[in-house]
Amino acid sequence: MLDVRSCASLSEAAGIISGDRQALLIAGGTLVMREVNEGRLTEGTLLRVTDPAFRQVNASGGRVEIGAGVTMAMVLANRDLSYLHAPARGIGGPAIRTMATIGGNLFAETPYGDFTVALLALGAEVVVQAGYGSGRAVPLEDFLAGRERGGQGLVTAVQFARPQNPSEFLFRKISRVKPKGISVLSIAAHLPTSGGRLVQPRVAYGAMAPVPMRARGVERALDGKPLDTAAIQAAKQAALEGTRPATDAIASDWYRREILPVHLGRLLAGEPR
Amino acid sequence: MAKLPVQFRLNGSDRAGFVDPAGNLLDLLRRGLGDFAPKYGCGQGTCGVCTVLIDGEPQLSCLTLAISCEGRQIETASGMADGPNLHPLQQAFMDNFAAQCGFCTPGMLTAARALLAKNPNPTRDEVVEAISGNICRCTGYEPIIAAILAAAAGGAGMRRA
Repeated sequence: MLDVRSCASLSEAAGIISGDRQALLIAGGTLVMREVNEGRLTEGTLLRVTDPAFRQVNASGGRVEIGAGVTMAMVLANRDLSYLHAPARGIGGPAIRTMATIGGNLFAETPYGDFTVALLALGAEVVVQAGYGSGRAVPLEDFLAGRERGGQGLVTAVQFARPQNPSEFLFRKISRVKPKGISVLSIAAHLPTSGGRLVQPRVAYGAMAPVPMRARGVERALDGKPLDTAAIQAAKQAALEGTRPATDAIASDWYRREILPVHLGRLLAGEPR
Repeated sequence: MAKLPVQFRLNGSDRAGFVDPAGNLLDLLRRGLGDFAPKYGCGQGTCGVCTVLIDGEPQLSCLTLAISCEGRQIETASGMADGPNLHPLQQAFMDNFAAQCGFCTPGMLTAARALLAKNPNPTRDEVVEAISGNICRCTGYEPIIAAILAAAAGGAGMRRA
């Protein structure tokens, strides 16, 4: 039988999660309640967190912190997070966006989890609290690599450096159904420039590997170069490095590989899809 | 495990019921309280037929823990008509042949109601976006979009029924 317990503080929830492997956090419910409705989750304890810190956003300074319980609708309502509006709007319809949280998206299985792709391109860290102590920041890539192992503790927030220039952050979700569908793939790119040249660009993909991944080949191809036709061509040639897309009901692995360089090139060139 | 009590306002009336701790709101509305407007479609958050308003915001009742609704305002399509008088959105759906089998209609109406409450004069693109989480397999969406735009043109967004 499933029990539900409310926790007034993040510490309380973290303590329970660390000590009980059958305890699971429920926030928006878009992942957990699916499992309950399908009869796949029948035992254990669901934890609800009522701590206001869980739904807090600090986005005005240089370091942005978004509570794991913040919903996509809350991101869309926040002008300081305008660069994240495209990925937030890409998640479901209005009802899903009222419910789905940033923290939940970190656990969404491919081909879902498009918001996490954006966070990866921003170089985000995940704040994980194990036990009753304070949280520690884990690079999102490391967090995703260890996600399937579980037992990392309670995700309380994500943090990242605010992009100096929001127009240097790009995001595109490719789906077959318009206006909204599950991702064939998604691409996020943070392309800071200095003196007309790209400086440590970060590019990330969704649905091109078992978890959202960095496109390191593309980053190498772009770093230090002006974002011109030659650089975009080099990025397209390096686009598939490290990818391991799946074949699922949305697309075959072949199709994903075929269209990725095309959409990457269009995104970088600022062309419509 | 013992059932838990939950109380909330449903379409303007105080209602209460007992639920399993992890029971969803849709189950309580349909089986516990007899409100059959929201439907069970996919149980996964894909189809939108279970859409209700919780404190004015559209949410999927099949993915909402019933006990999380304690003390909140729930509105379903059942509460839209005023006795024999249809809500302008319902009238517009009828006038524009926006319902065929009718299964998606309560969810569509609720999604449209949420849109017009915030944006009384939406563009076509905004209407399309507002119902993007609601699946209809009969109409091809065009009559639904036309109905919502017609209701907006007639001032449906100004009425908070």
